[in-house]
Amino acid sequence: MPAMLRTLARKMGLMAHSFSGGIHPDMHKLSAESAIEDAGISPILILPMKQHIGSPCSPLVSVGDKVLRGQKIAKSEGYLSVPVHASTSGRVVKIEEHAIAHPSGMGMPSIFIEADGDDRADESLEPLTDWRNVDPTVLRERARMCGLAGLGGAVFPTFIKLVQDKRFPIETVILNGIECEPYLTNDHRLMVEKASEILDGMAIIMHMVGSSSGIIAIEDNKADAADAMQEALATKEGMDDVQVKVLPTRYPQGSEKQLIYSLTGREVPAGKLPMHIGVICQNVGTTKALRDAVILGRPLTERIVTVSGDALPNPANLRILLGTPIRSLFARQGLEDFSNIQVIHGGPMMGERLRHPDIPVVKSTSGILALSQHAMQSAHTVESPCIRCGHCSEVCPASLVPNLLADFCRSDQFDKAEEYKLFDCIECGSCSYVCPSNIPLVHYFRYGKGQIALGRREQAFAEASRQRSEGRDQRLAREEAEKAARRSRVRKTHAPKPAAEPETNTVTSATDNTSAATAKPEEKS
Amino acid sequence: MTESMIGLLYALASLGAFALCAGIVLAIAQKIFHIEGDPMIDNIDALLPQTQCGQCGYPGCKPYATAVAGAQADVNHCVPGGERTMLQIASLMGVEPKELEEEASAPMLAFVREDECIGCTLCIKACPVDAIIGAPKQYHTVIGDHCTGCTLCVEPCPVDCIDMLVKPELIEHWAWPLPDTKRSQLGHERREQHAGHA
Repeated sequence: MPAMLRTLARKMGLMAHSFSGGIHPDMHKLSAESAIEDAGISPILILPMKQHIGSPCSPLVSVGDKVLRGQKIAKSEGYLSVPVHASTSGRVVKIEEHAIAHPSGMGMPSIFIEADGDDRADESLEPLTDWRNVDPTVLRERARMCGLAGLGGAVFPTFIKLVQDKRFPIETVILNGIECEPYLTNDHRLMVEKASEILDGMAIIMHMVGSSSGIIAIEDNKADAADAMQEALATKEGMDDVQVKVLPTRYPQGSEKQLIYSLTGREVPAGKLPMHIGVICQNVGTTKALRDAVILGRPLTERIVTVSGDALPNPANLRILLGTPIRSLFARQGLEDFSNIQVIHGGPMMGERLRHPDIPVVKSTSGILALSQHAMQSAHTVESPCIRCGHCSEVCPASLVPNLLADFCRSDQFDKAEEYKLFDCIECGSCSYVCPSNIPLVHYFRYGKGQIALGRREQAFAEASRQRSEGRDQRLAREEAEKAARRSRVRKTHAPKPAAEPETNTVTSATDNTSAATAKPEEKS
Repeated sequence: MTESMIGLLYALASLGAFALCAGIVLAIAQKIFHIEGDPMIDNIDALLPQTQCGQCGYPGCKPYATAVAGAQADVNHCVPGGERTMLQIASLMGVEPKELEEEASAPMLAFVREDECIGCTLCIKACPVDAIIGAPKQYHTVIGDHCTGCTLCVEPCPVDCIDMLVKPELIEHWAWPLPDTKRSQLGHERREQHAGHA
């Protein structure tokens, strides 16, 4: 009923646009007042070969090599990928698999760097202080070279969004300072302390996409950040058409599609990107990193991380070199004993539960949390039947019907699940949060998405195998026919004595899926 | 009397004309929408995993599909396809599902120990999907992405240098399992039962 009233009020223009659904969890912003501290240089840094969405990188260095801060140590393979850089100067001590924050518990090939403590920088990238006169495509290449990926947590390669496309002109640049996950305060502190740098980054983005208007979105629980941004905005030139918008706090407002709707009233169609409706959205941390990459010529080698949780004595916001083991960061903040503690990578709503704290900080590490069992409410092991209360549908920001979708996934009716738009689910966890029966809805959705992806992969592999097999059959048939033709020819010409040719086999290679393999075995006839 | 006869004749004539028209339309439609081959074979073939392994006793997936479509083979002989494939074929054919005779092993991959390979090309000839590269007296090697794990190359190798390895699980291909709750396990069991009776 309240949802209906809201919709009605919005339709009548009584209320501003706002995404539907959402929840109000306790925010626990324990570290909101703690200024960003430098966590220093860890003696050993572990850099996984994939810290972004897309294809993994391959190492460019070998064991024993000396590296400098900002030196590219792994190159990207494929378009949807960004390189990895050394976070400090030192020596490569080993390259092997190491645990990362992944629900499978599987590892990832990683480069281990022993820091020498000098922190000497690779200064091969020149600063582009005069970026206003630099072509956007050059800046875009700079963003890719510097390894920028969305620091809000999704780590989508940044350069892909920063493009001018005549078909989709960008009208509005949105700076995402929402930070709607409980506990996390890294974006908050960055806005309070580095407002001017963030705005420089925003100006660079606006130059790159050719837009003059922008919105800085901040939730109303971060009034000091909004003030700081407003103040800095007043001193900047050429940003008259940029405004700070303060939105009422609600989770998951920081999700790109939901935020765009709240600010512009425009919906990003399913399967499309914000650029298709003339909007580009960047996280404040990414924007600051872009500014450093362009103006200072500095690749992405560090990020701000919130180290927090009710089990941690001293919550803080730290500037951390990528690759720093998180165990040492918890130790720095006074936590060494991890018994009865759940460690979370990211925020408590969408983050990953970790089996152990022996993983490095990567580009997606917005926060690391140490939560007590009490805070975790290990309720999900006692799932009860759905009582059809409809709370999940009310809070779903993507306007889906979570209980139905979960039923479809649980019973492997994946075609139905797709029909009910399983892939529009952003896995924000609002439905699981409100479910009175403790149904782990998002977990079912992840299961369903995984099984559908698996099925598609198997299907594609089977289809490719079938084509190769058919190609081979055709080739064999053709060869057989050729042989028969030759045989009859030979019989006609050398009728009395059988000709014995030496067997010269040039045998097949299968570089192609079809019958392109060039096997022509000449048999003795 | 004669009037009703005339009425009857009219009725017969009009129905006959209608039947003739319908017959002509159907004949034309059959020409236009003619389907080559038996669509059932292709439908079954599409459900099979295309490993071409021959574990079903037929020389490949298509021959097995042909046999099943012709009701000459049972639906439960595809080992790598497992239960899911068996159930799909059974429901497509409208026959009772049958218990699988053999459990599918974990996905495998052939691997040539190149130091020992003598370059005889026998494995290349045996591979049903052209997944082995090589030339006479040169090392042969298996294209991992194309290998279906059918094991047909192992037997012909005269120096026994082909190993079947468990296909490595890639982190990109990892899929979430069902949540570990009593209820989801219960759902899983019910589903299995249901599938058994379907």
